[in-house]
Amino acid sequence: MCQAVDENCKDARPTGDCGGSVPTEAETHSWKMEKGVSGDFIFKGVTVLFAFSILAILLLMVVEMARESLPAIGTFGWRFVIGRDWDAVQGNFGALSYIWGSVVSSILALLLATPLSVGTAIFITEIAPKKAGGLIASLVELLAAIPSVIYGLWGVLVMAPWLQKTVEPFLNDRLGFIPIFQGAPYGVSMLAAVFILMIMVVPIITSITKEVLLTVPQSQKEAAIALGATRWEMLRMAVLPYGKSGILGAVILGLGRAVGETMAVTMVIGNTPQISLSLLAPAYTMPSVIANEFAEATSKLHTSALMEIGLILLAVTLIINGLAQLLLWSVTRGQQRGGRP
Amino acid sequence: MTHLAWRKAKNAGMILLMASAALAVLVPLALIFVHIVRMGGSAVNLDFFTRIPSPPGEAGGGMANGMAGSAILIGLASFLGIPVGIFGAVYLSEYGGNRISAIIRFSADVLAGVPSIITGMVAYALLVVPMKGFSALAGALALALIMIPIVLRTTEEQLKLVPTSLREASLALGVPLWRTTLKVTLRSALTGVLTGILLAIARIAGETAPLLFTALGNQFWGWKLTQPIAAMPLQIFNFAISPYEDWHRLAWAGALVLVTVMFGLSLAARFFGRSRRY
Amino acid sequence: MNTKVQLHNLNVHFGRTHAVKEVSMEFRENSVTAIIGPSGCGKSTVLRSINRMHDLTPGARVDGKILLDGLDIHDKSVDPVAIRRRIGMVFQKPNPFPAMSIHDNVIAGYRLNGRVRREEADEIVESSLRRVALWDEVKDRLRANAMELSGGQQQRLCIARTIAVKPEVILMDEPASALDPLSTLKIEELIEELKERYTIIIVTHNMQQAARVSDITAFFYLGELIECGETKKIFTTPEKKQTEDYITGRFG
Repeated sequence: MCQAVDENCKDARPTGDCGGSVPTEAETHSWKMEKGVSGDFIFKGVTVLFAFSILAILLLMVVEMARESLPAIGTFGWRFVIGRDWDAVQGNFGALSYIWGSVVSSILALLLATPLSVGTAIFITEIAPKKAGGLIASLVELLAAIPSVIYGLWGVLVMAPWLQKTVEPFLNDRLGFIPIFQGAPYGVSMLAAVFILMIMVVPIITSITKEVLLTVPQSQKEAAIALGATRWEMLRMAVLPYGKSGILGAVILGLGRAVGETMAVTMVIGNTPQISLSLLAPAYTMPSVIANEFAEATSKLHTSALMEIGLILLAVTLIINGLAQLLLWSVTRGQQRGGRP
Repeated sequence: MTHLAWRKAKNAGMILLMASAALAVLVPLALIFVHIVRMGGSAVNLDFFTRIPSPPGEAGGGMANGMAGSAILIGLASFLGIPVGIFGAVYLSEYGGNRISAIIRFSADVLAGVPSIITGMVAYALLVVPMKGFSALAGALALALIMIPIVLRTTEEQLKLVPTSLREASLALGVPLWRTTLKVTLRSALTGVLTGILLAIARIAGETAPLLFTALGNQFWGWKLTQPIAAMPLQIFNFAISPYEDWHRLAWAGALVLVTVMFGLSLAARFFGRSRRY
Repeated sequence: MNTKVQLHNLNVHFGRTHAVKEVSMEFRENSVTAIIGPSGCGKSTVLRSINRMHDLTPGARVDGKILLDGLDIHDKSVDPVAIRRRIGMVFQKPNPFPAMSIHDNVIAGYRLNGRVRREEADEIVESSLRRVALWDEVKDRLRANAMELSGGQQQRLCIARTIAVKPEVILMDEPASALDPLSTLKIEELIEELKERYTIIIVTHNMQQAARVSDITAFFYLGELIECGETKKIFTTPEKKQTEDYITGRFG
């Protein structure tokens, strides 16, 4: 109902040209009204300009990136995404190692982060006492506020050496028969990137999942409880199914963040363009190669190849984020519809 | 009854599992903080705030140029980005039709999710290439592009909270809409808008990737907006991946200062955010 | 007739609000008891304490005894989950699970007992839906989403979901207040039939409804039980002045 009222008000709200429409006012101070109208016109113009600049920026990004990528696209075509050679001297560029690194690191990080995040969000909203839940939620927000470069600093100076000394030798010793745990422990490795990405996306997925869970109506939970469900059964029966598209949106948003994450990954992944099955081996991602090589790229083709990697990255993140927003919007809009009688 | 016992055990098990997930999430937070405070605390001193970095192998030095550079970049980015965000939000909440507002809102949300390194590349293409050199200006542009969607969305949320009756009261007095918007609507939402701005600044203060090939970084002092400029996050990055112990110490000190500033900003934002009331 | 549920000095507090005060009353087996009273009189609060729904509300405190077949439901040995399977509840607004089909909604609660064979599930679904007179309307689209049903159908689905668990007592919190007159009529007819198997306690703000469906009526005012007795008597010759004022529409 509130929504409906709001909309009506919005329609009824006076727009620019009836700003000073009180008749006596207009008659006695007509000059004032003139000024008011033109002021409104200019003001509205400015806001229109700035609001539409969002669209312009988005468009500009795509156009600029595409334009700068043209030389590479023209030279390599599809070979760019299936080739593994990356040789600035020979002028031969194939981005497969970076694509591989990005895909593997992001997906593994998501696989680890999703259960952790959803579990934490459920704990915050449905299980912990209100105060404790609020405290954990604030701490998770703190985690989200830490800049990427500081995660990287901690990752490269603390976590990677620890992985090298303890975790990786352990994995290699015990599970070395599995290909993904073979090879020498480097510390800086795919494994380190997966861990740091997991730590970084957990707060995002957690806080959005938390918001989504808060939209689950009390009546749904009561329905389950009244049927004699335990708390977990209530979550399974009423809460999680109700929130599933929103939670999916949260996870996809986390994926977008992981794919685009640059600094922390660059600092811990070892920056070696290779496709190795082993998590203990160093690797390379798309944002990392841009970060490392872009400022020093001398040939036009090299710059353009990096731009094309950026273009792929942009396209992927635009799709991912668009999808995530659509999923999350359907949740909030559904909630509003539910609010109407 | 045995089945009920099983259901209850499962319930307890799942709750335990979720509690441990929450705990596990907080462990890295604790570890990162302990390290920043311990390593950074021992490295922060007066020199850190007043001197520029020493050459590798020499102890001492600071990040004074990085702090100044970051301040300049943030100031310039705010100057470019905040008005766009605020007045764009005014359009969405005061003028825009439903469909076009939804499109712009959607674009802003999508834009906010674009990797920051991409904004750096765009700023590179727009400013560095034509100006034939890295510059503070290009860095600020990249940061501004990150700020705009954040400021826009938070401001819009705040403007929506201002009751229509307040606007109508002002309009009924014959105050034109644009003055009403500036003097009544925006002013009522001021603390909330400020919160959004602080959050946006906190966000860009730590951004590194978009500066890599725009502001580039500078080992020395630099004041010209058309020249490369130092920035704290860039220095932390470069020092962290260097092989020198002394530079690692500087990086930790920088991390401590940066995190302190950012949490100060978030706290201030929360304080402002809490005091808003209608 | 036997007493099924008994309230003994029931008090409910929400933080500092004393919502229900010293209520003692009995609910008879296989009968319909209506709880009436002006809004905010604590009638829903009483109802929700009978299957321990207040366990979910932070700050709620329930004192006094609630006996189900003589067993204190707040006793340490008693599990609220087990209690709620014996005492089902139907809510004011129909609340089927939106992510489930009609079939799955009906069986959702029953399924908590453990693995259910397909035929067994189908059987329960059919008998439950038949009992709420919904079977003929939905038998061809059991796999359709429950939200495709009308409000009245949704509410009957919720009742079917409740009786599928095979409870002994059914609590109804203004079950028809969100429905149109025709659906309301159907629900009222249903209540009449259900009382042969279940003990029904219904909260309603609609006095005609209470008069139509109930055997016993209890009148609540400001958290206190004012009067309780045979419905006919309450509506014709109430003992207390407040009751008379309320049923004659002089306040509330």
